[in-house]
Amino acid sequence: MTGNVYHQGFQYNYENKMNFIASTLAIVSKDVHSELRTRYAMNALLMFVVISVTTILFALREDEVSTDVFSGMFWVVIFFTAMSGLSRIFVSEEERGTTMTLQLVASPSIVYLGKLIFNCGLTIALSMAVTVLYLVVFPAFIIKSWAIFLLTIFLGSLGFAAAATIIAAIIAKANTKGTLYPVLSFPILIPLLMTVMKSTARALDGEMFTAALGEFQILASYLLIMVAGSYLLFDYVWKE
Amino acid sequence: MRFVKYSSIASITFVILAGIAIPIVPQPQSWLEFPIIPGLEDKARNIFFHVPIAWTSVLGFLSALYYGFRYLRTKDFDYDIKSVSSAGLGMMFCILATVAGSIWAKFNWGSFWNWDPRETSIFILLLIYGAYFALRSAIGSDEVRARLSAVYSILAGLTAPFFIFIMPRIVGGLHPGAKGDSAGSTPVAQLHMPPNMRFVFFIGIIGFSLLFVWLLNVRVRAARIEYQLSK
Repeated sequence: MTGNVYHQGFQYNYENKMNFIASTLAIVSKDVHSELRTRYAMNALLMFVVISVTTILFALREDEVSTDVFSGMFWVVIFFTAMSGLSRIFVSEEERGTTMTLQLVASPSIVYLGKLIFNCGLTIALSMAVTVLYLVVFPAFIIKSWAIFLLTIFLGSLGFAAAATIIAAIIAKANTKGTLYPVLSFPILIPLLMTVMKSTARALDGEMFTAALGEFQILASYLLIMVAGSYLLFDYVWKE
Repeated sequence: MRFVKYSSIASITFVILAGIAIPIVPQPQSWLEFPIIPGLEDKARNIFFHVPIAWTSVLGFLSALYYGFRYLRTKDFDYDIKSVSSAGLGMMFCILATVAGSIWAKFNWGSFWNWDPRETSIFILLLIYGAYFALRSAIGSDEVRARLSAVYSILAGLTAPFFIFIMPRIVGGLHPGAKGDSAGSTPVAQLHMPPNMRFVFFIGIIGFSLLFVWLLNVRVRAARIEYQLSK
């Protein structure tokens, strides 16, 4: 089992490498196509964002809110929205009964990377949508340091997607898929959430870029550890 | 195993007796007197129980992770039995450590919970244990359950060390060894304890670790019988 992955992933044979990239992109485009056909995840995520931001708006309407509260609220919306939609990527395969086919046509590492790239795109789009909505509806939400903010959103979304993808693969095999997803993800995501909240608060306070370097190091290493760990463990989750 | 059992009983009995009976005096003269730690006084005795129990809860998690890893390598179901038994024991010790620490915090720092970095880390360990058992209860097939819970414990093990060993030392907090501690804070553990306290403390660590090994052995044997009967 592992031998197969080894050859597919690490053999520095030009043709194999091209095959690897092409197959990964094929998985991504398959997921994009089936998503565009139903727009299930996109619509669900968008509605969820609107609903949760409206709820926060009702709660905070007239208040003077500190930047810490704002950055916390910002990531709470992203966390719960992601938890409502990102598991689709594997759960839908189980529901449609296409898992077996996918196991036959591609090696586990290719499936994992394809799904990861798709979820990364979805999470980045999601955080952008939340950012725009926050800028529009909260006059007090002013980003003073765009460099910190954008890098935080970028690294944070990628780390988020990395953890969410492997947990989605795990819960796709469980009986209670919906409720279990945030329960399993939260302990894994806490280091990321604490870091992005702190770093977003720095961006809202308008601190110097160098002040947030420590946070970026944590985010980058979290992303690296999560992708490497999931890449190695995915075999055991995916293969029956 | 009989040796483990008796030595754990002996060392924990020793820690209970020594930890409670040895008087705490301002100027210790002999081996049988502990010095006063300012701000802690008699409450310092909890360190012989709270810290070894917290250590054992981490040990339970590491052991569940190790046996999960062994299961993935060998697909031998016995390792899954060992893994889930360690996790169950670890969760019990984790709850005990939280309660013991929380009571100590109430009398020393004024409230049961302060979100000190170390309190955060034990809370996350509790969440990981909770999620682990929630996942296990949601999967019907024995084989899939063993495989996925092993993967989850390894995944949690990728992020947990950051909380348990690193964050409490680089972030300011109330526990000793945190950033800004006047006694010094370094990434490496430092003990500011007189030798006789240190001796009782390490006997406690050894005693509770041996207790874990013994309880794990009992639980594993019971779980094996249960598994055989259910087949």
